Amino acid sequence: MQQAWAESGAEIITVAIRRMNLATGGSLLDYMDRDRYTLLPNTAGCYTTEEAIKTSFIAREMGLSDMIKLEVIGDEKTLFPDTAALVEATEVLAKEGFIVLPYTNDDPIVAKRLEDAGAAAVMPLGAPIGSGLGVRNPYNIRIILEMVRVPVIVDAGVGTASDASIAMELGCDGVLMNTGIAGAKDPITMARAMRHAVEAGRLAYVAGRIPKKLYASASTPLEGMPELL
Amino acid sequence: MEIRLNGNARDVRDHITVAELLKELNIHPERVAVLVNQEIIKKPSYASATLRDGDAVEVLTVMAGGWGNGDESL
Repeated sequence: MQQAWAESGAEIITVAIRRMNLATGGSLLDYMDRDRYTLLPNTAGCYTTEEAIKTSFIAREMGLSDMIKLEVIGDEKTLFPDTAALVEATEVLAKEGFIVLPYTNDDPIVAKRLEDAGAAAVMPLGAPIGSGLGVRNPYNIRIILEMVRVPVIVDAGVGTASDASIAMELGCDGVLMNTGIAGAKDPITMARAMRHAVEAGRLAYVAGRIPKKLYASASTPLEGMPELL
Repeated sequence: MEIRLNGNARDVRDHITVAELLKELNIHPERVAVLVNQEIIKKPSYASATLRDGDAVEVLTVMAGGWGNGDESL
């Protein structure tokens, strides 16, 4: 896992709050170089505003961070966010001084509501968590990028390298992934692929791509064509 | 007296504090958060927070990532 982190070039690692295994007394904190990585606690497993808020306070009390990746899940099968609860929790936590990074859906109106509620970034899903379906609605992601001023990070659904590139080519500020790497046959190689993919996508975005056209436009001028026949 | 610790029953001595319990479990306070009856106990209070019979104690720490994989592939 540590090698995958290193290969991926990740700067921020998100972590969940769970019961400690008292038999072993182990904690992920034992394995994480806090000088190298910024720790981003999350509220994974929370289905209500109250649970998510409580978990955020627990994470802060542990001295982990003022940042929180806020997840309020609406449904077990899709793991889509409960956006009403998410906006409510964002507002409460932002007022309490948390730096809130909400995991949201790709609805630009919800993204705007989250920004208005005080979110420090918005993190729209590309597709359901762990589904590996990539960025299902790139047009909505583009609209979100136009509608909010805070950073936009695609969070969930990234399955392979091209998915990460696509997210970055759209203009996103980053990508968050777990299953796409952890579930790969060779996670370390996939982590390396993701690093390249994110870089490539970002460079392509900054470079400014050609527009998409219905018809051809010759890349070689006809001027100077000899009489051949 | 008996408390519930991370969901399991445990016998502890009367008037044990959170700090003493963590020491008994060989757990460094910096690694965990502690709830007693769903209330977050602040670290400076560990030495004075005395447990009572029937208290539900949660000792929490940090685990990897968010969610695991789904079961069905397309």
